[in-house]
Amino acid sequence: MAQSMTVDELLETFSFFDDWEDKYRFIIDLGKDLGGLPESDKIDDNLIRGCQSQVWLTHTSDADGLTFSMDSDAHIVRGLIAVVLVIVDGRQASEIKRLDIENVFEQLDLLAHLSVTRGNGLRAMVARIKEVAAQAPP
Amino acid sequence: MNIRDDFPILQRTSRSKPLVYLDNGATTQKPQKVIDTIDRYYRRHNANVHRAAHELAEEATALLEECRTKAQAFMNAAHRESVIFTRGTTEGINLVAQVIEGNIKAGQEIVISQLEHHSNIVPWQLLAQRTGAKIKAIDIDENGDLDLESASSLINENTALLAITHISNGLGAVNPVANLVEQAKQVGALTLVDGAQAVLHARIDVQAMDCDFYVFSGHKMFAPTGIGILYGRLELLNALPPWQGGGEMIDQVSIQASTYQPAPFRFEAGTPNIAGCAGLGAAIDYINGLPMDELIQKEEQLVNRALFGLKQIPGLRLIGEPNKRASVISFLLDNGHPNDVGTLLDQQGIAVRSGHHCNMPLMTRLGIPGTVRASFSLYNNEDDVDALLTGVEKAATFL
Ligand SMILES: Cc1ncc(COP(=O)(O)O)c(C=O)c1O
Repeated sequence: MAQSMTVDELLETFSFFDDWEDKYRFIIDLGKDLGGLPESDKIDDNLIRGCQSQVWLTHTSDADGLTFSMDSDAHIVRGLIAVVLVIVDGRQASEIKRLDIENVFEQLDLLAHLSVTRGNGLRAMVARIKEVAAQAPP
Repeated sequence: MNIRDDFPILQRTSRSKPLVYLDNGATTQKPQKVIDTIDRYYRRHNANVHRAAHELAEEATALLEECRTKAQAFMNAAHRESVIFTRGTTEGINLVAQVIEGNIKAGQEIVISQLEHHSNIVPWQLLAQRTGAKIKAIDIDENGDLDLESASSLINENTALLAITHISNGLGAVNPVANLVEQAKQVGALTLVDGAQAVLHARIDVQAMDCDFYVFSGHKMFAPTGIGILYGRLELLNALPPWQGGGEMIDQVSIQASTYQPAPFRFEAGTPNIAGCAGLGAAIDYINGLPMDELIQKEEQLVNRALFGLKQIPGLRLIGEPNKRASVISFLLDNGHPNDVGTLLDQQGIAVRSGHHCNMPLMTRLGIPGTVRASFSLYNNEDDVDALLTGVEKAATFL
């Protein structure tokens, strides 16, 4: 589900939610559908530090752009990862560098989840994605 | 007796729902009297203490020193000079860890427990690194109570210090501190009790406990943040070196050397948190005006009601079932990370804490990433318990 969705579709879906329950059920379902990472990739080297929930990230790069794979041990964070993937996946590094991920989260009214006060790892994850994009060959 | 009306914040909403505040283990809310006292301090009395000869300074000093006397009575200390103002529990423990360095020899052991908060672990690790001492942790049993056999074997002639929590912040276990302190005394060890979670849930009597040091934070007992108390046995305090140097703590200063004041001033360098002391004094007055035994009993009933209800929820697992529990309930839902549950409760206006609660060794020992923790205070009521139960049931349907 998440993989085939576009940012516009995501924004449209979210605009139909009129209470937190629908929204969080949807996010958790997105998380359940997330491919995630094989156990063998859930290693310290791929772990994003400073999070209360564990978040792991790997990526590959080819001519079509950067592909990220991420996972978490918490459902809501997995769902939010799915949202981030909708925003970034399959894009060129140069595009990702310019992406305003925070802005999309703000439009989805999920910005609080990216805040420092949450400590859920999402902010660190977005920073890592930007870092990967910045280091990718142009 | 209903004291909710004394706490203005409890009237607010959270996420557009009535606030259900069950994160009292992290910090308690403040009664109007404490808020007014701080306000009045800055409006009427603000001055630096122990220095100037003017009326304001006299008033500010009186507020601070009255707080010392109130804190002395609050924990039944024999001497008011035993009461040292700190920033909180953490600072109190760090202070002790610095000044007792000379009492610790390489190869000796510092005995803590698996239940400790990071602030009663890390300062001892730093001390151990400086002195070559080793840290040993008393194990817990399957209920989350301290394993007393483990305690008896770890507390031995090689023990330099026992540093133990009065009440566990992660599981709510009330530890038999007087008994453990006695064992430590018999082998000549120093003793520190972390009272951070105990102040509103147990009567504090440092003479009955007979510990060398007792530490707590004002903010967990209706007082503002940034003020706490270190109790130290007076003869011991006066035999220990200072930790921070500066104003107030000295007797005579020359360019090369200084002599120091006795306790408590030896350990109170610099301008203290005077407004915090005024607030803590007001909080103690407030507590003294409450029927504490009745309120603690009522809180225990609420905790039992919550425990009973939580146990009915399919897929819910209590973490820790200590023999004697105070205020804290930790649990997990089968399919949910504690942070999922915490977020889903937050959306319903219910404030709990989720995560490791600064108890990482305990969580590792239990093999879990953390817990959801509901912690009660004297102003919580049946509605809060019912909201928690309904909220957790609802959260479970998401996972
Ligand atoms: C058992 C225990 N010890 C120490 C602390 C640290 O207290 P503070 O952060 O007020 O210094 C806490 C507070 O969370 C605690 O619960």
